[in-house]
Amino acid sequence: MILVWLIIVLFVGGLLSGFADRWSSVWPRWIALAALTIDACLLIALIVDAESLALSVTSSSWITDLKWAWIPRFGITFHLAVDGLSLLLIALTIFLGIMAISCSWTEIKQGNGFFHFNLLWTLAGVVGVFLALDLFLFFFFWEVMIIPMYFLIAIWGHENRAYASMKFFLFTQVSGLLMLLAIVVLVFIHHQNSGVYTFDYFDLLDASLDSTVAFWLMLGFFIPFAVKLPAVPFHTWLPDAHTQASTGGSVILAGVLLKTGAYGLIRFVVPLFPEAAHTFTPVAMALGAVSILYGASLAFAQSDMKRLVAYSSISHMGFVLLGVFAWNAIALQGAVMTMLAHGISAAALFMIAGGLQERMHTRDMGRMGGLWGRVPRMGAIALFFSIAALGMPGLGNFIGEVLVLLGAFQVNRAMTVVAALGLIVAPIYSLILIQKAFHGPPKEHDTIRDFGGREMTAMGFMVIATLWMGLYPQAMMGLAEPGIRDRETGIRDQGSGIRDQPIELKVSGSSSLILDSRLLTAERGPEQP
Amino acid sequence: MSVLDVLALLPIIVITAAAVVVMLAIALRRDYRLSAALAVIGVVLTIAALPVSYQMAPTQATPLLVIDHFALFFMGLLLATGLAVILLCYGYFSKREGQNEELYLLLLTTLLGALVLVASSHFATFFLGLEILSVSLFALISYPFKNAMSLEAGLKYLILSGVSSAFLLFGIALIYGEVGTLFFQQIGALLRNSGGGDPAVLIGIIMVVGAMGFKLSLVPFHLWTPDVYQGAPAPISALIATVSKGAVFAVLLRYFVVGHVYDFEPLFIVISAIALLSILVGNLLALLQNNVKRILAYSSIAHMGYLLVALVALDRIGTRLAIETVSFYLAAYLITTLGAFGMVTVLSSSETDADGLEDYRGLFWRRPWLAGCFTAMLLSLAGIPLTVGFIAKFYIFVAGVGGGLWLLLLVLIIGSGIGLYYYLRVVFQMVKEPARQENQAGGAIPWPGGVALSFLTVLLLWFGVYPGVLMELIQGMAPP
Repeated sequence: MILVWLIIVLFVGGLLSGFADRWSSVWPRWIALAALTIDACLLIALIVDAESLALSVTSSSWITDLKWAWIPRFGITFHLAVDGLSLLLIALTIFLGIMAISCSWTEIKQGNGFFHFNLLWTLAGVVGVFLALDLFLFFFFWEVMIIPMYFLIAIWGHENRAYASMKFFLFTQVSGLLMLLAIVVLVFIHHQNSGVYTFDYFDLLDASLDSTVAFWLMLGFFIPFAVKLPAVPFHTWLPDAHTQASTGGSVILAGVLLKTGAYGLIRFVVPLFPEAAHTFTPVAMALGAVSILYGASLAFAQSDMKRLVAYSSISHMGFVLLGVFAWNAIALQGAVMTMLAHGISAAALFMIAGGLQERMHTRDMGRMGGLWGRVPRMGAIALFFSIAALGMPGLGNFIGEVLVLLGAFQVNRAMTVVAALGLIVAPIYSLILIQKAFHGPPKEHDTIRDFGGREMTAMGFMVIATLWMGLYPQAMMGLAEPGIRDRETGIRDQGSGIRDQPIELKVSGSSSLILDSRLLTAERGPEQP
Repeated sequence: MSVLDVLALLPIIVITAAAVVVMLAIALRRDYRLSAALAVIGVVLTIAALPVSYQMAPTQATPLLVIDHFALFFMGLLLATGLAVILLCYGYFSKREGQNEELYLLLLTTLLGALVLVASSHFATFFLGLEILSVSLFALISYPFKNAMSLEAGLKYLILSGVSSAFLLFGIALIYGEVGTLFFQQIGALLRNSGGGDPAVLIGIIMVVGAMGFKLSLVPFHLWTPDVYQGAPAPISALIATVSKGAVFAVLLRYFVVGHVYDFEPLFIVISAIALLSILVGNLLALLQNNVKRILAYSSIAHMGYLLVALVALDRIGTRLAIETVSFYLAAYLITTLGAFGMVTVLSSSETDADGLEDYRGLFWRRPWLAGCFTAMLLSLAGIPLTVGFIAKFYIFVAGVGGGLWLLLLVLIIGSGIGLYYYLRVVFQMVKEPARQENQAGGAIPWPGGVALSFLTVLLLWFGVYPGVLMELIQGMAPP
């Protein structure tokens, strides 16, 4: 039941915020904040559950599961379940939801109620995506989160919002229809083989597919997820959407929405079509590597601060794609860590860019310069998150990216070497941001407000989260591990012969990362795909 | 004709009587409210008569009409749609000068034609029903006869409809000449025995389908649609888009299923081509429009194209699923289209229809509820989840996949993508800042229209989130 409440609270909170606007423009914010706080409490209850489950010996990686009939005609159920991976991503969603409200506190002046309505409904859709284990339900939530996001960009965006919001909607919706088609075909094939209509994830895992069909279906799933991720060449909507959205919108987009694409790859593409995905691995890894370098080099070329961060997101999500398709637990753990760490660092950088735009009415870094002297707190925090983004050891992003490279190296050396170059380009674009915006002689001299108490609190939380992920990643990895292990045994059972031994993933380390040596020896000699 | 037949035909009899009563009432005393009220009562009584016929169903009431579950379902659907149109008309025409009482008489005869059409099992009733429907529509389209646009639209519809009727008659004649009967059932049986393939029958059937194509505004028979939709008063455009198309599609489906038309392979190539063209042309031309009524007209062309996908798949997926798909899609389409035109209706002033894109600018900030409803309608037309349009589109996907129609499905995806663009253009107009202060005013919307619209929105969301109820209703219906 707690799973339904996670979604309902957000939907109802959104409606209430929408209505509360009639009475006061302050209420919607507080209602939205309250809804997210309630969700956070529910989530903590779930995490406590998960911890106690991890202690007891259970074979299942699913913490809790809920299944109601919904559309019996086609065997569609309202099936929600949560495992460590979804739990982590929902935690990220709710955390960034609160951040988005906090950074929109003064920025949104018109249509407060409707803004928070859209924000909460987007989040509800995202939480639904992370929970749904019925393919129809998944698709339902997948589309539901797009509409309010469209409004967030179209109404509260910047100068070119009509174009950006339309592009965002078209890219995600049309690619989504491909997924719907693939889902229906999958269900039909399963129906032909077994005689029952079902959209349930677990049932469809067993569907036996012809390898050509499986490949096409896999593409039908891969493309929408690659659009959302985004991977080159499907990325062109992202710089526009991120740049034009208001700060809160960018935070949600970069921090949460992109992760739904990665989640889809991990949850659906690989388990449903292991063999087809395996054949596709070289292409997917190449797309990942290209995204890393292409995103990074375009980020370097930007003069618009938000655009720079947007392109850097493409680069970081390239690591996720690489990790998901490396087919081993380390890389997958790395992908999950990258998702979490990037979610927070990108969101923080967007909040800084948004904060600067609110104060200076520009995102052009050519017009900034010398800001450190004028807004030292913003400067320090920007520096912190730039360094996190470039992959400094001790901060979250480093753990993720290194694990991905470590895992991918065993599978495809050439690709990993290329991808690792991304770690060289990252400091260049991250530091150019600091250099252009905060260093050098100031261009203007009128005083602007530095971060106040509200902003510093929000940023403080994000700094702590990044440090935590960097210094003690085991907390997250432990949660994600059962699911990943499960998936891996699943892959092994499918007989794709990628790995023979179960690996034991144990990351011990408090200051930095020391991987258990057994891990490295156990991972020797995988077959080249 | 026995007493049982009379009972079975009760809905048709009641609505005929209602039309006569309204006519007499107008003859005695011209009263706008009275004739509207009588029309509403008439339709409600007709709906109330449906359960009576349901007891009799399925039955062949007279050789010409068949009252089965299929017919009754569509009767209910079309009557409910008709009721909503009457409610929308009330507010719209009460603001306009002229003698508007006969409007309700014509609305009732339109519904009569639609009911006859969905129950017809013989080409004679088919033709009669279609003509009753069309003749009423000519008058309704050009009802504001001082308006040049309406007159032009009426004339256009009259001429093209006449041509299409001629095609229909000629097609019927060809079929009759070959098989010697006008009963769908017998035609089907005879065609089955002869193994199909007779060119005269094939040409006859293609001509019938072509004539239906005019009514359903399928490409290449669509040219009248945007002009007529634009010229007709907004609630009448709603009537053409919903009742007329719904009834014609229902009879087309019945003819296909009962008449075993699906044995003709070449016919399906023709229909596939029509579907493909309708989806592409409808969506592409809608991109160029700046008039909401024209956008909706082109979008309805595309929607009929989507619906044809189910008809093309009929052979492979079996009649049950095909009927289920068409019925659900039509129900969704009727709710949504009615809502969209209803929105144009209630926003129209006493002089002009609110059909320019500019009229919708900033609507979200002026009238959040109305704009919210309209957004829901447009998203439903685009097939976005939470709305009934999504479930309908899902059905089309199921039918298309079941029939293995990959090319059509690809076109459907492309078409939906293009469709999103023009629906979102309207939505974007609504969320823009209001243009100027002075035209922000605008009277309250008439309550009957408001009731109809809220009801439609509720249905749209309800069936979008929990479609099980409607699905069960449709599934419980025995195929003709």
